[in-house]
Amino acid sequence: MILLVFIITPFVAALILAFIGDRRFAPEINIFSSILTFTAGIVLALEVYRHGPVIAGGKFFFVDAFSVYLSVLTAFVSSTTAVFSRRYMQREREHGRVGKVRMRFYHAMFQMFIFAMLLCLLTNNIGVLWIAMELATLSTVLLVSLYRTPNAIEAAWKYFILCGVGIAQALFGTVLLYFAAEKVIGEGGEALLWTNLIEVSGRLEPTILSLAFVFLVVGYGTKVGLVPLHNWLPDAHSEGPTPISAVLSGLLLNIALYALVRCKVLVDGSTHTHYAGNIMMGFGIVSILVASFSILRQKDIKRMFSYSSIEHMGIATFAFGLGGPIATYGALLHMLMHSLTKSSIFFTVGHACQMHRTQEIEKIKGLFKGDAFVGWSLMLGTMAIAGMPPFGIFTSEFLILTAVIKNAPLLTPFILIGLAAAFAGLLRKVQYMVSGDTPSYFNPIQAAHTPVLLHMVLVLVLAFYMPDFLNKWFQTTVELLK
Amino acid sequence: MNLQLLAQINSFLAALVLLTSFAMLSQRKINSLVTLFAWQGLFLSINTAVVGFVAAKHHLYISSLLTLSLKVILLPYILHVLVVRLKIRKEMETIVNIPTTMLIGIALVIFSYHLTAPVREMSTLITRSTLAVALATVMIGLLMMITRKHAVTQIIGFLAMENGLFFAATSATYGMPLVVELGVALDVLIAAFIFGIFFFQISTTFDSLSVEQMESLREDN
Repeated sequence: MILLVFIITPFVAALILAFIGDRRFAPEINIFSSILTFTAGIVLALEVYRHGPVIAGGKFFFVDAFSVYLSVLTAFVSSTTAVFSRRYMQREREHGRVGKVRMRFYHAMFQMFIFAMLLCLLTNNIGVLWIAMELATLSTVLLVSLYRTPNAIEAAWKYFILCGVGIAQALFGTVLLYFAAEKVIGEGGEALLWTNLIEVSGRLEPTILSLAFVFLVVGYGTKVGLVPLHNWLPDAHSEGPTPISAVLSGLLLNIALYALVRCKVLVDGSTHTHYAGNIMMGFGIVSILVASFSILRQKDIKRMFSYSSIEHMGIATFAFGLGGPIATYGALLHMLMHSLTKSSIFFTVGHACQMHRTQEIEKIKGLFKGDAFVGWSLMLGTMAIAGMPPFGIFTSEFLILTAVIKNAPLLTPFILIGLAAAFAGLLRKVQYMVSGDTPSYFNPIQAAHTPVLLHMVLVLVLAFYMPDFLNKWFQTTVELLK
Repeated sequence: MNLQLLAQINSFLAALVLLTSFAMLSQRKINSLVTLFAWQGLFLSINTAVVGFVAAKHHLYISSLLTLSLKVILLPYILHVLVVRLKIRKEMETIVNIPTTMLIGIALVIFSYHLTAPVREMSTLITRSTLAVALATVMIGLLMMITRKHAVTQIIGFLAMENGLFFAATSATYGMPLVVELGVALDVLIAAFIFGIFFFQISTTFDSLSVEQMESLREDN
């Protein structure tokens, strides 16, 4: 029941906001429904915490430790993003960048996007997972082109085409998976249910699953933004409105990685080799290296942080590929920390861009003097994302590195070089932006403090204190991915 | 009707689907491309019905009707209306010349046969040999998207890929579960509306639908 409330709320909100999304109180409805979703998520999470995995709706929904932590995270970040977007979009409207119709569209699609992501996480059916993933792409495509500038349209077109192609490969992989499963489980919808697949994964034909995984990794990997399939990502994340950048970077990438990891578990169960893990490690390490060196050459602040997202997704993919309890635990923690940190960075970047009316790094100056809160949160956020202690990303990267040194020592230098390059690139550019005098075109705005503070505090607290429920969920998931 | 004959009809329709793929690859005119896409959809729809009959799977009749209404009637109609409204008449330039693309296409077909060999060996369905054709259709659609620099041709390539995927599901497993098929159809439908909107956005912003002008978002600028 609570599961139904959880998933239906954003859908209903999307329908309502499609009609009244341009009213004065529409942002409040957006916030309210996001928080309602989040509350339902917490109730569901408590249930999973107490009684273990939940199967509902005639096996259509399945929530275990892995999906519950990601779905609560999704609901949480979308609530804070809704809070942030209230003033942000209001100002964009005052600046004449969006009109009435586009405001309606924006609000409706924001909720639709949340719905699609939650459906991805909560469904038990691998086929429906694919459909929801495609829906998540489709609902954000036109948000990327919301400003209708040539660059925004180009970015959205790239996003649409490349992700469309990518996700088509994943569907072929899913067909192959179904083909193998059908032989064991029998025909009909049952053969695509995760709960059934995991039980029989040992009996699935390894050659077919190996072939399927190639298609799945290309397909879902495109959405994770793994190099060399990442071309769409910096464009899509930098040209759209900032709240959308925050949820794309913070949430959608996680969901795609979640889909990939679910498929990996099945392939591992069938092949009993490290085949899938090796592929993921390869993609991961290339992503870390390419993305971190790309950070050094960026001129657009949002593009720079998009590359940082690719780097962090690379780290998580690599760690899942490496396997073993420590690396997997680290990867799960990394997904959580990256999500919280990156969305809070995008909030502050959004403020900084609106204050300077530009996204160019060279034109953003003097944030410490202009608005101390925004300046400091950008600086601290960047330190957090670059992996400095005492923030949470340090913890997760430390765990992952420990596992790398232990299990694949030869790869350690590559990862360290990647991390160092990203660290240098990010801090050098951000230092330049926060220091110095404020330029003449600087116009102060009322920043949204709550979302940023909330995220940063969480990132800081989780670095030192791991709540029992989170620890238990991570342990259960590690057990599942073993 | 005996099984032998039905299997042959199935193979024949698969050949026709592949033929339309190659015809699309060689076609420069957008109007003809839309027509070819509709033909491909029609062959696919008939094939699905035949397979449904052979395997006595009633849900395949539904997918067949869905394909007929979506890919033979609705999508070509939308594309046709867009082509007329946006006044696209010009023939398309291709990046790689057409004979070369055809040769690459042939290579892709051979590659698909090679790749699907393990599946063919394992399968007992009469449609098993057409899986290679389905994968080839996907690959040729992808090739079309890469070699054409026009928004409409890219979309037709995308939809041809979708056709190939649908075909793959029918030939490998007698179709995916109905809930998945319906969901995929819904996604295609939403995608159709989105690219419709896109065509207008692109043509008003860039004055033409050629994707070549979209080059500002690069790393080296």
